[in-house]
This record gives sequence, structure tokens and C-alpha cells, in this order.
Amino acid sequence: MREIKPILQMNKICKTFPGVRALFNVDLTLYPGEIHALMGENGAGKSTLIKVLTGIESIDSGEVYLNGEKIKAKSTKEAQSLGISTVYQEVNLCPNLSVAENIFIGREIIKNGVIDWKEINKKAKITLEKINIKIDVTRTLDSYSVAVQQMVAIARAIDISAKVLILDEPTSSLDNDEVEELFNTMNKLKSQGMAIVFVTHFMDQVYRVSDRITVLRNGELVGSYPISDLPKVQLVGKMIGKEFDELADIHGNKQVELKKDEINVFLEAIGISNKGVIEKFDFNVDKGEVVGLAGLLGSGRTEIVRLLYGVDRNDTGNINIKGRTVNMKNPITAIKNGLSFCSENRKTEGIVDSLTVRENIILALQAKKGIMNTISRKQQEEIADKYIKLLNIKTSGSEQLIKNLSGGNQQKVLLARWLITEPELLILDEPTRGIDVGAKAEIQKLIVELAAKGMSVIFISSELEEMVRCCDRVNVLRDREIIGQLIGIDINEHNIMKTIAGGQE
Amino acid sequence: MNIKKITESRIFLPLVILGIIIAFNVIFNKNFFNITIKDGHFFGSLIDVLNRSTYLMLLAIGLTLVIATGGGGIDISVGAIVAISGAVSAALFAESETPSMGIGVVIIIALLVSMIFGAWNGFLVAKIGVQPVVATLILMVAGRGIAQLITDGQILYIKYPTFFLLGSSGYVLGLPLSIYIAGSVFLLTMIILKKTALGLFIESIGCNSTSSKIAGINVNKIKFFTYVFSGLCAGIAGLLIASNVKSADANNAGLFMELDAILAVVIGGTSMKGGRFYLPGSIIGALTIQCLTTTMYSVGVSPYVMTFVKSLVIVGIFFIQSEEIRKIIQNKRSKKNKNISNKIIVKEEIA
Repeated sequence: MREIKPILQMNKICKTFPGVRALFNVDLTLYPGEIHALMGENGAGKSTLIKVLTGIESIDSGEVYLNGEKIKAKSTKEAQSLGISTVYQEVNLCPNLSVAENIFIGREIIKNGVIDWKEINKKAKITLEKINIKIDVTRTLDSYSVAVQQMVAIARAIDISAKVLILDEPTSSLDNDEVEELFNTMNKLKSQGMAIVFVTHFMDQVYRVSDRITVLRNGELVGSYPISDLPKVQLVGKMIGKEFDELADIHGNKQVELKKDEINVFLEAIGISNKGVIEKFDFNVDKGEVVGLAGLLGSGRTEIVRLLYGVDRNDTGNINIKGRTVNMKNPITAIKNGLSFCSENRKTEGIVDSLTVRENIILALQAKKGIMNTISRKQQEEIADKYIKLLNIKTSGSEQLIKNLSGGNQQKVLLARWLITEPELLILDEPTRGIDVGAKAEIQKLIVELAAKGMSVIFISSELEEMVRCCDRVNVLRDREIIGQLIGIDINEHNIMKTIAGGQE
Repeated sequence: MNIKKITESRIFLPLVILGIIIAFNVIFNKNFFNITIKDGHFFGSLIDVLNRSTYLMLLAIGLTLVIATGGGGIDISVGAIVAISGAVSAALFAESETPSMGIGVVIIIALLVSMIFGAWNGFLVAKIGVQPVVATLILMVAGRGIAQLITDGQILYIKYPTFFLLGSSGYVLGLPLSIYIAGSVFLLTMIILKKTALGLFIESIGCNSTSSKIAGINVNKIKFFTYVFSGLCAGIAGLLIASNVKSADANNAGLFMELDAILAVVIGGTSMKGGRFYLPGSIIGALTIQCLTTTMYSVGVSPYVMTFVKSLVIVGIFFIQSEEIRKIIQNKRSKKNKNISNKIIVKEEIA
């Protein structure tokens, strides 16, 4: 390639939020006429990097150069006037205004003291035609599809003289044809010399349009690579922080005796889907089996269990419990059918923070028993004390507020909450996230023990190691679809990553 | 240790505030404490405060549960339901001294109607997902119109003496019957909250409705119930008021009472954010507000500036209750303790 000067350079960017180091010494270089993918798991720092670039967040340390000149955008507006525009995941335009109004809002063309609508409409039309969109610009934005709305957002962004265009998850609400259309537009803008930052977690799309990839992990830069130098499987490795080669050695060190003399299916899901959230899938768990759901964050792992547990409703398909079809219309139905669910969001979907440890423990059991069938205070205390001891929960007592406990102990309280309902299937979504090593090991041990006693477990974790250790079977997901399954001795980190990457070495 | 326990108990602050207002009367308004006995009944400002605060208490009991469900839960239509309930009873008595309908039937119908309107609020909030303040605003405005329809735009007088027992002429052991009615509602509610899991579920929903839903609690059903219950409480208050003033005035019965009732709940220590709630506190809060109103009347505050003075006092109350002030007081106290004895090992809270 010719020697081209970078249009944008971010050097050693650091950003700390209270208690979190969001970015640490991150570099990003953009060249004119390239589509640059920004990759990383959720929480890797992609959004923060975009926010500091577009002036929403200030930078703690580090420099940004645009065309060789040092810039410091303090607001989105300032960033826009410098030539950095962003189109966010959720279209943030006004659906009730016309397309032209949306493109020119905040910078209306004024003639003789009044807004010159004719000129606005004309210019809006021209702007849209630049990206091959021919629509009636006087109609309201909400009369068009989400894809077109996205294009309008892009048109608005580039019309504010963008040199750098940031597309944050632009394809997540588009169907295949619409994605195609967006890619055409992106390629057209690229040929006009614009630098495009493409943030997405759809890996196939990255490899379709991008020229280079920058990978972030835990707020740090992993590296920037030309697309041809970074095969998918290595990209996955870089995103989750495991070198692919190093994993290749630990082949098949897992010894699981496949104990299925009698097949005893507990839960069977057939043809389940939820439009726009998770593609159609089949899934089953046997009695006493630990089934893992592996995949990158955002690949649809959580969405699957939310459907099974009745938090979200399925559009198609059936859920059978022990061979009987159940209309899983809400969590209480799930609980009554022997399911239980520890959400990955411990704080927002798990604990009830102002209630005591005791109240948190008995909550689900009380809900299962019904409002009139009260568990007496004495029984509550007995149950709480028993489980505090059994799970080694560190608390000053059962009357302590749960918010005063550490993350690991909160998680154990939630486990206790579900165990006392005597579930037949325990769904654990990232049960060990953010908790210390000791508690982690205890929870893993518990999973295996419970399964040995005949409880079925669906286990989700970002730590492949943990999955390998606990699971009898692993379903692998990518881009909201189950794409493969690993059983018994085939379960190892290498195979899981290979499957996520689509079977490419 | 004991003093600490008392000061940290939830009823402490509301009681202190009530105490301050009563203490004010000790100094400036000695007549406040005069109680005379006439015809075997007690009379005096204190009895009057108790009697009049029963309406607020009833509204506050219902509102406490609604507010506790969190997510902006509130019912500002209770004043309108007071008017509707009164209108229904007056219309059924039809200005007759010997109405064809028995008093029991009338009370049941009026309360059922109140509950239906509560259910309407609950439907909007829990089923449709309208924001509580907006949902109940609808009935707050429309409710008075409905009451007007029932009374045909007139002030309906009630002439049926038996009905007056409820809120004006009925006495038990020298005290007005309405005090016993509000007391029973309070006790019954407390018993229901303790004997069923309702109290736990309401607090859980108020703290975190998503967690509660996942734990298997039927969040919508419970929210719905609290609005029905609030309607019922407002309905009872409406009957007491109608009985007390011997008429139904669709325009003025219970006017702006929802605001005092909300204040009562907040003064009582229940957070508007929902979650932990404290029913006895709401009762004290209702007493406090009525005490404040009566005090101001009896020391001669002009009705024209009354609301202003009242709001000043209430701002003062919130100031005392605010987290910031509490922290300052706690810090001072802990500093003092440290000075007194450095040997006391602070009990470590295991986190």
C-alpha cells in the first residue's frame, strides 16, 4: 500500500470511572478510505473509546490528533464540527419529524429570518442520493424501515462534513438485505476517502467489509491487525485473552464417563425462537446433566435461557418438561415446573438489595408456595441459618442486608434461594463473574455435586476453563445461533474456540 | 446501647416531629390540651385532631402500600375517590330520613364502587404500564366529574341519622367511632401484611421489581392489588367524611387530601422510591399533619397564609429527615463516642 498519512490518531488514551479502569494506554489509528473494525467483548472499552473520541466523555490522559493537529473535543457538537460523526446503535433521531428535518435539525438553513424549507428538502434529497437512497424526504422518519432510518442517520452524519464516521452496532436491528445495503453505503463512503470505524460483534460482517481490526480487552489494547493477518479463530483468542496455540496442547484432558444408560430428558426445547433476539434453536437437558452454553458475550447465551425460564416469550416452538408441553409464560410457571434461574446481572436481576439475607433466601420459595402459604419466621430463620452454614456464606447473620455482602457471598445467597425451591433444573448465567477465586471454586464444586445428585444444570460462563471443568455437553453459539455441540472428551477450550470461529484454524 | 436502639428505630423521627408540634402547643396554646366531658363524650382539640386525622390515616394506609411497590408507584386519585364514595352513599340515601336501602347495603356498594375505581388505576398501571402518576391523574380529574354525575351537580344532603353514627354522632367509650374504624383498618392491614407474604412481596417489588419477577413473584398482580386496596381505603374515608358533614359535595369532598396523605406517608419514613415501608409511621405522619393544621388554626394563623406556613413547616420536617442531616448527626455522635472511650472495639460488620 502507498504511504498514507493517518487521518486520526489516538495515543495512549486513559480513562477511569469511579472504581473502573475503562481504558488504559489505548492507541487507535485510522487512515482515510478504510473501514476499521473495533472488536472486543462487552466491557472491553469499545464504547468508552468512542465516547472519548466524540467528546461525550473527557480523556484522563493521552492525545488525539486529527489530520496531524491535536484536538480535544469537549462535546459531540464540537467533535462533529471537527469532522467526527457517530451513528449509534439505537437510531437517535426524531421519528415524528420529516426525513429532511432530521437531517438538518439544529442547523437549519435560514433565509430572510425564516427557515427555507425548499432548500432544506432539496439538500436533504441530494445528501441521501449520495449514498444511493431515493426517498421522499418530506415524509416522517417513522414511515420508513429501521434500515432506512439508519441510512438517514448516516446521511445526517456525513452531511456534517464527516472525515471520520463511527458506526456503533449499526447492523444489530437490520435484516440481511438491509445489512447488504448498509455495506454498499459503507463501501461507497470508503471510496470517497472517509475513515469508518465499525463497531459490531458480528464476526462474519467484520470479515466482509473491514480492512483492519483493532482488538480491545479489559480496557487495554490487544493490537491492530490487517484483516488478512488475523484469522477468525485468532481474533476470538485475542478477544477473550487466550492464545490459540497455547490452547492446542491441552487436548482431551477431560475424563467424563458418559453415563447415559437410560436417557432421561428433563427439558426439551423444539424450534424455539424470538424474532430479532435469537434464531430458531433446539435444545435439551437430561436429568443430572450439566449443559454449557458457550459463546462470546452477546452471542445469545443469555437470551436462550431467558426464553426457557419464561422471562422473555418465545415466538415459535415448544418447551417440553419431562415430555409434557408447558406454556412458559412467566418465571413463576417455570419455577412450578422445577426450573430456577440465576441471572448474570446479580445486582439488577438477582438480589433485592435492601432486604435481609434471610428474606432474599426465602423469596423464591415463598413465591412458589404462594402468598397465603406463609413460611413462618422461625422456619425462615432455620432455612437461612442452615444455608449460610452449608454454602459458607460470610455474613454477620441472617438479618444482615444483602447489599452489605461481597459479590461472591451475594451469589451464594442467590444459589441458596434457588436450592431451597428444590429445582430439577438450575440455570446459572455467569455465576462466578466478579467473585473471588475461593468462592468460584466452591460454586464450581457445588455444580458438579448437584448434578451428581440428579439435578440438571445449564451453565453459562465466559471462562472457558470453567465450562470445560463442569460441563458434560457444551452448545456453542455465535451471532445469536447455536452453531455446534461438543460432547464429553471433545470439550476443551481449543475446540470451543474453534467452533465459535466457525471451524477455521 | 438502648438509647441507640431507640434513636435508630424507624418510628423515632416521626415521633420526634409530632412531639415538637405538641410541645409547641404546650408553650403557646395551652387550651390545646383541655379535654372536657359532655354527655359522656370527650371533647377538645386533641380529640378533634384524632378524629379528623382518621381520614388522612385511611388514605395514608392505602397509599403506603402503593408507594412501597416502587417504580414511581403513587395514587393521586384518592381525593377523587373520597368524593365518589360520598356521592354514591348520598345518592343511595336519596335525601331521605328513612331510605329504602339499608345502611349495610349502601356501605358495601360505596366501597365496591371505590374498589372498582382502584382497580381501574391498577389496570392502567399494572396491565397497560401507564406511569402511576399519569394513570391516577386521570381519575383525579375525571373522578370529580363522575361524582358530579352521581350527585347531578348538586350538593346532596344526607338525612339518615343512622349513617351519622359513622363519622359524627357515634361514640364508643367516649371516643368517636371513626377512630375505631381507622384503627381497625390499620390493625387488619398490619395483620394481613404479617400473616401473609404480602408485606415481603411488596417490599421486594419496591426494591427491585426485575429481581422479584425472576424470583417468581407476580409483580403486576401485587401492584394491581395495592391500587384496589388504596381505592378501598379512600372509599372508607369518603363515607366517614360524608357522614361527618352530613352531605356529599362532589367538588370539595377530599379536595387536595391526596397531597396531605402523600406527605403523611413520607413523614412516616416510607421512601417515595419504594421498598421498605412503615405503616405505623404513616399513621404518625397523618397525626402530625392534622396536628399541625389544627394547631395553626387555634393559634390564629389566617387561612389565607395557612398553606404557606404549613409548607414551611413541612420543608423543615424534610430537612430534619434528610440523609445529609442524619449523617452530620451520626458523625457528631460517633466522634463523641470515640472521645469518651477509645477502648470500645467497633463491632466489625462483615461485608
